[in-house]
Amino acid sequence: MRILVQEAPFDFGAEAQAFASGHKDMGAVVTFTGIVRDLPEDDLDRMVIEHYPGMTEKALEKIAEEATMRWGLGDALVIHRYGTLRPGDMIMMVATAAPHRVDAFEAAEFLMDYLKSRAPFWKQEFTADGGAWVAAKDADEDALKRW
Amino acid sequence: MTLDVLYFAWVRERIGLPKEKLETGAATVMDLVEELRAREERYALAFSDLSALRVAVDQELTDFDAPLNGAREVAFFPPMTGG
Repeated sequence: MRILVQEAPFDFGAEAQAFASGHKDMGAVVTFTGIVRDLPEDDLDRMVIEHYPGMTEKALEKIAEEATMRWGLGDALVIHRYGTLRPGDMIMMVATAAPHRVDAFEAAEFLMDYLKSRAPFWKQEFTADGGAWVAAKDADEDALKRW
Repeated sequence: MTLDVLYFAWVRERIGLPKEKLETGAATVMDLVEELRAREERYALAFSDLSALRVAVDQELTDFDAPLNGAREVAFFPPMTGG
């Protein structure tokens, strides 16, 4: 299990390649990456992500440990950035390795659902009009109920 | 007891600082919130709607009725928006 909380960009291709090639005993590797949307109508200049150093790592470890136990994962990877990101930048990625694909997919969705509303990150979006905190969606909280 | 109290996102902005040390006899998170509310208008404003806030004690998410005995760090923040 590897948890990285960092300001610097990460190399999605290299991380996915290293993760997949490190688990040849696992038949299924699923990766997900989240990107700052680049839509002309949004007029977004930048996104600034704040986090709670210490708690963030603990919360992500706890979520990844639960996923590993529930789906019998061979390994899990979570990388989440903080600081200033531009449209098109990668915010985070998760990867899961399991003997079969259903478990790898489900565990990746579980990781995503939980880290969205249980890991202490807060997004602020800046346009020409200034900054606005992104509000949590009820749908994100509801997504936890299926697990 | 001495507590480190941390604020994040718009809670930090409303209160005007990220962190402070407090000497308090609060038995629960709610007691601490009442103490803070009574201090100054900016605190009262930040803590006016608790349904819009989350709390962590010693870096674990918890509820406003959680006890504070032995706690070292309490953090207040809005619902999280990671991912």
